[in-house]
Amino acid sequence: MSLRIVVCVKYVPDATGDRGFTDELTTDRESVDGLLSELDEYAVEQALQIAESADDAEITVLTMGPEDAGDALRKALSMGADKAVHVEDDDLHGTDVFGTSLVLARAIEKVGYDLVVCGMASTDGVMGVLPALLAERLGVPQVTLLSEVSVADGTVTGRRDNDAASEELSASLPAVVSVTDQSGEARYPSFKGIMAAKKKPVETLDLEDLEIEAEQVGLAGAWTAVEDATERPARTKGEIVTDEGEGAKQLASFLAERKFI
Amino acid sequence: MADVLVLVDHVDGGVRKPTLELLTLARRLGDPVAVHLGPGADAAAPTLAEYGAVRVLTADAPEFTEYLVVPKVDALRAAVEAVSPVAVLVPSSAEGKEIAARLALRLDSGLITDAVDVEAGDEGPIATQSVFAAAYTTRSRITSGTPVITVKPNSAAPEAAPAAGTVEPLEVTVTEGGGGTRVVSRAARESTGRPELTEAAIVVSGGRGVNGAENFSIIEELADSLGAAVGASRAAVDAGWYPHSSQVGQTGKSVSPQLYIAAGISGAIQHRAGMQTSKTIVAVNKDEEAPIFDLVDFGVVGDLFQVVPALTEEVRTRKG
Ligand SMILES: Cc1cc2nc3c(=O)[nH]c(=O)nc-3n(C[C@H](O)[C@H](O)[C@H](O)COP(=O)(O)OP(=O)(O)OC[C@H]3O[C@@H](n4cnc5c(N)ncnc54)[C@H](O)[C@@H]3O)c2cc1C
Ligand SMILES: Nc1ncnc2c1ncn2[C@@H]1O[C@H](COP(=O)(O)O)[C@@H](O)[C@H]1O
Repeated sequence: MSLRIVVCVKYVPDATGDRGFTDELTTDRESVDGLLSELDEYAVEQALQIAESADDAEITVLTMGPEDAGDALRKALSMGADKAVHVEDDDLHGTDVFGTSLVLARAIEKVGYDLVVCGMASTDGVMGVLPALLAERLGVPQVTLLSEVSVADGTVTGRRDNDAASEELSASLPAVVSVTDQSGEARYPSFKGIMAAKKKPVETLDLEDLEIEAEQVGLAGAWTAVEDATERPARTKGEIVTDEGEGAKQLASFLAERKFI
Repeated sequence: MADVLVLVDHVDGGVRKPTLELLTLARRLGDPVAVHLGPGADAAAPTLAEYGAVRVLTADAPEFTEYLVVPKVDALRAAVEAVSPVAVLVPSSAEGKEIAARLALRLDSGLITDAVDVEAGDEGPIATQSVFAAAYTTRSRITSGTPVITVKPNSAAPEAAPAAGTVEPLEVTVTEGGGGTRVVSRAARESTGRPELTEAAIVVSGGRGVNGAENFSIIEELADSLGAAVGASRAAVDAGWYPHSSQVGQTGKSVSPQLYIAAGISGAIQHRAGMQTSKTIVAVNKDEEAPIFDLVDFGVVGDLFQVVPALTEEVRTRKG
């Protein structure tokens, strides 16, 4: 039987742009160009490798986000995913991680899955908890933050490196996996891949399709409120010297002045 | 006064410093009640008491080490039911954040991750976060349920405030099958003998400019002369010159030391995300246009192979 893989990808504002907030203190997604979160490219890559090593597999990429988020899906399709699902609804604006996990979990169940693959964190919110929440909601094992992953005989195994130790993990499918940027460089879409992606199906779903009420998501459904956001004052550029043999001494004097030595 | 739960981060009862910071912050909100899971509670209890824990709830079961995350969520949830706290504080490690998130979902509560400060507010705790690569500081509040907040290392100076620290067993029913993710094996990381990266007062980091694993010894020697931790940019880690556990930045560690020294690092946004909040920043880079120089308190434009060893010598001489 075919291995059904769903990859969750997020469309995020470019980190090298001037990111900021809207008047409602939500992430400003208008004034900075968006792209497929680089950390989710690793998820797509690992899903492709898992599919390649399986007898028969189908990869669906899933995103929740505004219309532009379709770009993230196209990129994943051009890398080699088979089809895409885009959850888009005006009521989703301002949704927090709990709402996002509800929407994605419902969509994943609707699509049908054996394996869900996520990135380690989104490059805008950087919470890194959505995969764990998906596992909690779906009631399946979470096998997260893997720097190595493989699937065989209905079991997913992988290595999770943390501060204190490196752990080998194992769980039966269905399961939710997330992979880190140590899992291996993502491939570039080939020209053929880009052309093929144009013909791959993208299904659009709204909240009604997922039987979710507007109140459960969006700003109103969020369980946290941002009181204020202040731009950190830019660091003032200090003294810069050019080393002509004295650089180390000058630096040492500076460190001594500040009582570091 | 109301109770505040603090999940203890420990290695076999050796309490890690971020937990002491959490106990210190928890006292602003109420009486800290520590939750110690796994072996070593008796060894940990005196330290937890010294830093203000009025009670230490303990549970030990093989599931805490044999299965990932879920058994600890079960235990923390049991603690919330037993204590009805005004807030739950959890260390912002990868595991801590996952535990906190699943707990919050089960409690129908809001969650704030990676707080760098927590204070009491009229409508519950207010958490400060540093976002968009530390370009902004936000203050947020949880509007539903029992606030669950994960707090980053180095967010407060631990202050002792002796309390009773009464050890009490916590009754826990673990989810059948431990949540399904077995920890098949665990290889402890070798200690370098240097300070922990996220806890160190001084961090010396090397980047692509270091140009080879063998050259990292000059970074290590400078670090050792200063009693510092060693960090690395992702370029240095990806090249295999230094372990990923030492990576500073968006997908590595966030550090906020008193002094950060960057050698041969250009200062990309993803690197800055992990070090921008350091108190004092200095850099050595041969390119005067390197963006890292926009952040520094003191910068040397020069060859790190000249400047870094000479600086190590200077430090050693001055320290005598
Ligand atoms: C999603 C994502 C996440 C990322 N996460 C991280 C992260 O967590 N941490 C991180 O660091 N990066 C991260 N990056 C990568 C980041 O964008 C940069 O590529 C990386 O930080 C560059 O490392 P570097 O400064 O060492 O190398 P470079 O940018 O190549 O800079 C090397 C510097 O060394 C200087 N140099 C060379 N030789 C010498 C010499 N002899 N003496 C003095 N100076 C010398 C050069 O002038 C140059 O400025 C991430 C990127 C992405 C897309
Ligand atoms: N809106 C979204 N649509 C699809 N996937 C998402 C979305 N938000 C987060 N994810 C997935 O969850 C991972 C962790 O996100 P986060 O917890 O937000 O840091 C990301 O790497 C994605 O795989």
